Amino acid sequence: MTQVILFNVLNGLIVGAFYALMALGLSLILNLSGVINFAHGGFLALGAYLAYSMAPYIGFWGGLVFAPFVTAALGIIVEHVLIRRLYGRDPLYSLLLTFGLAYIFQDGLRYTWGAQSVPYQIPGWLASPLSASLFFLTGYRVFMVIIVALAVAALFLILGYTRLGIRIRAGTLDLDTVSVLGVNVRVLRNLNFGLGIYLAGLAGVLAAGLLGLSPTIGDQLIMPSFVAIIVGGLGSLPGTLAGGLLIGVAAGLTAVFFPAAQEAVIYVMMALVLLIRPNGLFGDAGRVQ
Amino acid sequence: MIQLQKSTIHRRTILKAGVAAGALQIAAPYIVKAQGEQPIKIGVDNPLTGIYTALGKNENAGMALAAEQINAKGGILGRKVELLIEDSTSDKTDVAVQKARKLIQSDKVDFLIGNVNSSQAIAISQVAAELKVPHIDPGGHADVITGSSCQWTTFRVCNTGAMQGNAMAKPLVNIGKKIYIIAQDYAFGHSLADGLSKAAKEAGGTIVGTDFFPLGTTDYSATLIKARGANPDILVDLAAGDDGINSLKQAVQFGIDKQLHLAGMQQELEVLEGLPPEARVGTWLFEWYWNQPKDVPGVADFVAAIRKSTGKVPTARTWFGFAAIHSFALAANQAKALDAVKVCHALEGLKLPPEVACQPGQPFYRAEDHQLVPAVFVGHAQAKGTSDPEDLFVVDQVVQGPSFIPPVSETGCKLNYPS
Amino acid sequence: MKSLQDRTGPILLWLLLFTAPFWMPYVGGYTGLGTRVLVLALAAMAVNFLLGFTGVLSFGHAAYFGLGAYGAGMAIKYIYPSSSLGILVGVLAGTIGAMIIGAMIVRLRGVYFAMVTIAFGQVFYFVAFRWVSVTGGDDGLTGWKRVPLDFGFTNFDILHNDVAFYYLCLICLAISAAAMALLLRSPFGHSLLAIRENERRAWFLGIPVNRHIWMSFVISGFFASLAGVLYAYLDNFVDPRAFHWQQSGDFVIMAVLGGMRSFWGPLIGAAVFVVLQDKISSHTDYWMSILGLFFVLAVVFFPRGVLGMIKRRQES
Repeated sequence: MTQVILFNVLNGLIVGAFYALMALGLSLILNLSGVINFAHGGFLALGAYLAYSMAPYIGFWGGLVFAPFVTAALGIIVEHVLIRRLYGRDPLYSLLLTFGLAYIFQDGLRYTWGAQSVPYQIPGWLASPLSASLFFLTGYRVFMVIIVALAVAALFLILGYTRLGIRIRAGTLDLDTVSVLGVNVRVLRNLNFGLGIYLAGLAGVLAAGLLGLSPTIGDQLIMPSFVAIIVGGLGSLPGTLAGGLLIGVAAGLTAVFFPAAQEAVIYVMMALVLLIRPNGLFGDAGRVQ
Repeated sequence: MIQLQKSTIHRRTILKAGVAAGALQIAAPYIVKAQGEQPIKIGVDNPLTGIYTALGKNENAGMALAAEQINAKGGILGRKVELLIEDSTSDKTDVAVQKARKLIQSDKVDFLIGNVNSSQAIAISQVAAELKVPHIDPGGHADVITGSSCQWTTFRVCNTGAMQGNAMAKPLVNIGKKIYIIAQDYAFGHSLADGLSKAAKEAGGTIVGTDFFPLGTTDYSATLIKARGANPDILVDLAAGDDGINSLKQAVQFGIDKQLHLAGMQQELEVLEGLPPEARVGTWLFEWYWNQPKDVPGVADFVAAIRKSTGKVPTARTWFGFAAIHSFALAANQAKALDAVKVCHALEGLKLPPEVACQPGQPFYRAEDHQLVPAVFVGHAQAKGTSDPEDLFVVDQVVQGPSFIPPVSETGCKLNYPS
Repeated sequence: MKSLQDRTGPILLWLLLFTAPFWMPYVGGYTGLGTRVLVLALAAMAVNFLLGFTGVLSFGHAAYFGLGAYGAGMAIKYIYPSSSLGILVGVLAGTIGAMIIGAMIVRLRGVYFAMVTIAFGQVFYFVAFRWVSVTGGDDGLTGWKRVPLDFGFTNFDILHNDVAFYYLCLICLAISAAAMALLLRSPFGHSLLAIRENERRAWFLGIPVNRHIWMSFVISGFFASLAGVLYAYLDNFVDPRAFHWQQSGDFVIMAVLGGMRSFWGPLIGAAVFVVLQDKISSHTDYWMSILGLFFVLAVVFFPRGVLGMIKRRQES
């Protein structure tokens, strides 16, 4: 029994890392711009499809490297044309806008690549268990964790040591002062959005290795990301990371004891965390909005 | 390469006769007005968005071809057939019901077709019964539709869980006696699992475990590890659609296909095409398959026509839609009427002619529960077709309907015709 | 007091609604479509009582909508076939649900509040989905129908007569709207507006903010559950999706599209949403992108909704 629990906790951590990747992108955008990006799943799917289309020319690795950048570029365009107009308004409006975008994405993807799932391939040596004794881990899952770890590390490095990153962090705390200090806030928000979408695109490419690639691939993944942010606490990126891992493990453990509730458990967790610790586990204290 | 799926179906497509209908010349020399020029409307309430889009569109392609062929031969009772297409969505049953009511009450369709989603099919079947319109279910597989929830107005083209269980039990038990089942945790998944469990036990197999996972599960590691731990001979994966793709993809990544036999029941070409080649493994049941021996009548023409209109081969779904429309036409022409009771009675026992059946044997609708009794194709998946890139399934045997359909007494269906 | 000129809008609106079954077929509509608009308008107005007038966003009102729907269906199926009983049980279930959940979450604000309402909605969804023996699970609650209302002296056949059912829904909407309007005009209603405008100031003024938010939540849950009952009656069917956060999202969208700050906004929003979805999906497979484009344009160019736009034109 303990073996089964261990396996599921490990796999839960892996899946949780993936949720964290998606949630970090969402969190970045939410923290600085106050935008609840319901179209995040659409960007994820786009990243995956782009990697699929690029694969015949530049292979799996080329797709992994370039697809997220192309997705981020599209994100930057969308931010510039549409989302920019909604800053300063009730976050409800950006929610509606991104909701509408999500619809457009789904149809757009369906029109371009068809409604049927397309066969995305990962390199053969990744698509098998690590070894006979480590049969509960596949090469691809370990690979996923490595990529997520690299991305998260890069993200925290950017935020901690580059000018852009420091400005983003400052902007999350007090955007007006940052603006007064001479930073071009528009460009800052734009680049921040692009960064968040890059993470979504990357998550998409990774997801396509594990799941069937169809226009609705992002839909299943967006709610757990929101839950991760809430559980970890709004405004805290380490919190989001922890939140993602936590719900991944919770789902994994639930799968052992009460498999049918795998999906519902994350909502129960969210409700519990909010009732006991209203601002999430690592969130900023006492915000009456 | 990017594949574009062209849809040739538009709302209210009036399908004109391809060839001047010679049959019309038999009529009086003057042009028949009023009644004769009113087309016969068939309402189609199938998903065109969401997760079942590919299946719904394939079915609609088959329906469009059938309507075209019927009109070329003079239509139904001398009137043209017109398909009224509505999107039921893949998951909003209230929309499916709303569209069904709209088609019947507002558009005044004569017949109704729907739905790929079992839950929606049940709801639509209730509406059709309430409003007394003949209805064919072209893709909802839950047993109750021609079982405990059967209606005198509803007929079904696709197979129930019990039927599939009976057909697959022996082939599976021949591979291995210890079977572990994983299935989606909703009505349809349960009916498939029950159907197989019962039939497998009767065939001498043992079910060493059954595990249900929520619809839309993205991570199958827990399910698969548990299954492997039970040490079965065969892992039966009953997941359909995207869940089928995800579970199979991950099962192969865990190397499960190398340790034990992967199998299942209903499998679809849409799923195999969505899998990477190395994941196209396992023993499956296809409800209809396009690559059949040349001597089976109707198949070659059907495949060619669908290839022309969609660019791809027909799948079982395409055939379901095709057979459904033809069934209405045949029944109405036979009954020489559009009255619901007469058409339904004509559908009972109706045998599909070879150019509609496109399979060995002769499928027919069983009178007591309105379930079509077709043949099914048992075989194994292959990574790449040798002669055709779309040939991803090798048929090992064709099993005829009468051998696997359960007796009516077991289905729980009691039809109540209006007095 | 509003002048007759100010009232022409609502008067015209109600005239249209009252005569709808007669003019709808001429514009390509049908009575069932109109009834659907009324039912969803009631739900959207219920959500807007909380959103537009108290300033609190709930993304999980489908929970009470669903409780109303299942309550009514299960009452007719398992207890006794009576439409009135169904209404009673459904509304009771939804209101009690709102009372309990409201009490638990009233301390939260903003996005946290919205997310926890989603959580509770999903829990109900899960229960409805899994408790197959009682709720029918994924296949929904079937095998029951709305029952003709028998008043002793007359029989109001809402089952077979679509038009009769339409008028029943219209009456319910009218009574609910009147009740909500009265509440909003009362001192209680004014305190809600104060909370919406500046919560801290309202606190300092002595308004028991949390208690009033809870009351507003319960009231809005009450009307949402009534809408749920009528919705179940509309199709003679209810399935777990009635609890899903996407259903809640639809209500919010209707409220915002029509204009959150105006009383009749949600009704307009519901009409636009339902009719658009019905019509566009009949003409093209890609209706989702058209609907999505509509949201995007509406939000960017007409953020105060249809009614907000009309009002602005009147004022200028």
